[in-house]
Amino acid sequence: MLKPSIRVTELAKEYRIGAREEPYRTLREALVKMMKAPIHRLQGRSREKHKRFWALEDINFAVDQGEVVGVIGRNGAGKSTLLKILSRITPPSKGQVELIGRVGSLLEVGTGFHPELTGRENIFLNGAILGMRRIEIAQRLDDIVAFAEIEEFLDTPIKRYSSGMHVRLAFSVAAHLQPEILLVDEVLSVGDNAFQRKCLGKVGEIAQGGRAIIFVSHQMSQIRRLCSRVIWLRDGRVEAEGSVPDVISRYEAHMSGRDAVGTAIGDCFLQWSFRDGRNVLSNVDDSVDICTELKISERIVGGHFGMVIVNDDGRIVAGWAFDDLSLSEGRRQLVLRLNGLPIKPGNYSLQFSLFNHGNNLNGGTVVEIWHALPQLIVDSEYYGHPQDQWAGTLNIKASLMNSS
Amino acid sequence: MESTNPEVTLITADRRKWWLDLRELYHYRELLFVLTARDLKVRYKQTALGVIWAVLQPLANMLLFTLIFGRLAKLPSDGFPYPIFVFAGLLPWTFFANSISASAESIVGASTLITRVYFPRLIIPLASVCTALVDFAIAFFILLILMLFYGVGWSLNLLLAPVLIIALGFTALGVGTMLAALNVSYRDFRYLVPFGVQFWMFASPVVYPSSMIPEKWRWLYHINPVAGIIDGFRAVFLGSPLDWTTVSTSMLASVVIFLIGVMMFDRAERRFADVI
Repeated sequence: MLKPSIRVTELAKEYRIGAREEPYRTLREALVKMMKAPIHRLQGRSREKHKRFWALEDINFAVDQGEVVGVIGRNGAGKSTLLKILSRITPPSKGQVELIGRVGSLLEVGTGFHPELTGRENIFLNGAILGMRRIEIAQRLDDIVAFAEIEEFLDTPIKRYSSGMHVRLAFSVAAHLQPEILLVDEVLSVGDNAFQRKCLGKVGEIAQGGRAIIFVSHQMSQIRRLCSRVIWLRDGRVEAEGSVPDVISRYEAHMSGRDAVGTAIGDCFLQWSFRDGRNVLSNVDDSVDICTELKISERIVGGHFGMVIVNDDGRIVAGWAFDDLSLSEGRRQLVLRLNGLPIKPGNYSLQFSLFNHGNNLNGGTVVEIWHALPQLIVDSEYYGHPQDQWAGTLNIKASLMNSS
Repeated sequence: MESTNPEVTLITADRRKWWLDLRELYHYRELLFVLTARDLKVRYKQTALGVIWAVLQPLANMLLFTLIFGRLAKLPSDGFPYPIFVFAGLLPWTFFANSISASAESIVGASTLITRVYFPRLIIPLASVCTALVDFAIAFFILLILMLFYGVGWSLNLLLAPVLIIALGFTALGVGTMLAALNVSYRDFRYLVPFGVQFWMFASPVVYPSSMIPEKWRWLYHINPVAGIIDGFRAVFLGSPLDWTTVSTSMLASVVIFLIGVMMFDRAERRFADVI
């Protein structure tokens, strides 16, 4: 018996940039072009001046049954194009893909939802678009509705839904598709944090069932949690493929402008962690210790130690500075104690700085500014506003007292 | 795992087929029903009269055309009362015109679907034709009432009606898919189609009988398959003799148009997501 799997061989996709900028031509242009074509051909410039651009080149990989393979890379690296080819939305320019098993994709959830139709009608509509049989949808209707938490609104037109309900319903339909091959693209970045975690759990559950899954995400914490292997795409090519910690650390090192984690050795900052030796914060209420290990090669007198926490958008969430620091040569540990770190769940990068004989304002000299790796991962309960636009950056537990 | 024999899909740069994948189309038949149902439901949501509109539109046209072409212009109607004469022509024509206008816009209108999910694209214009067919079926009852009222028709020839409708549907699908595919690349068709539809109506025996066309030009006239099918439709429902040559010529032409349109569509289909 054939097992669900994906085989990608020498896959390439070319776009013509010119054609992309003007997505459609007018008939007149086409007619004019048709007339001009023979003349151009005579002049030896038949291929028009469209710039060609390879969105994907020479991609080879395989995903076997039971594997969850993560695909990472910055925007424009070709991740979405790859998924679009795998889900047959767009054809490749070269190469081939062999898919064994029914393919389901969570590319853009809620595709085909119609605002005038009720939740129930949209479940059947969306399910049919995703290739489900009516009878399959009917069987899973209760699960879909329960997972989306929209029981009371099942027969309300979805134009009256909140954006959160909309997204929950959409994900829920797609997640109950039960395909043998599943393609997931960034969908888990939708909705509030509680629902995101629920979705992540669902994908994990699907992964248990012996399927072949490709999972695209920018969030390394999700990749770490779900994937058994990672492919790093860079400028349309496979830059690295291998185990999760290995590829992610190389990717993160690349993204933060360093070659690899190991090269920090010999510099001043060696590593950082929480007290438990990990980089994951699971409770934002308790006080936390951020322990940094340093190797001091010159004596620090009247020095400056700083640390900032930067979120996914590159914004500084918090920063601290300590002056008049004295350190003698050798291995030293500095522990920064914070009375709780109430920031939203997610990935953060840390930057440390060490100055000698002063700070950045009064003529101190830089010993090292360290873009720390690994990242700080906050994986705690979320207390804030469930809608992203009102959530802000902090995560503070609150209760409402009615004193009237 | 529950799957005994999972489906195998091969995606290559070359077109894997040059014929229509009917098996896949059949697999997605439920999507056709769902999309048709969506179009119908959405169309009449938040309208006070609802489905009655499907009846009112041809009825209003009938009254208008009777007034202008029947009373004022005094166009002949092969000896039948003008209202039922024009309605018997308007009914298939409205089905045809609505089908091609809706399918021409259908692919562009479904661009979010096209760029995000895979399914046989032919389902989309097919759903447009099916939606128009449902409207046709509703308005059809008016014709039956008119037939009772005027006491015409009711012959064995009526059995031919489904064949004529299917032929008209195939013509509409052929023209509609062709226009839908062209519209993806050239939005000019958005402006051409309404004009073309109007032109086509006057090139077909909707408001006048084809007996008005001089005998020697009739063969040219009947290259338009819609002309022959409307003639046939009228003959079948009003009970006048059926001209087998024109009807069969039109049927043949409709099959040719259908094949050309669907083949063109099938060729263009893979590029839709990149071009739309």
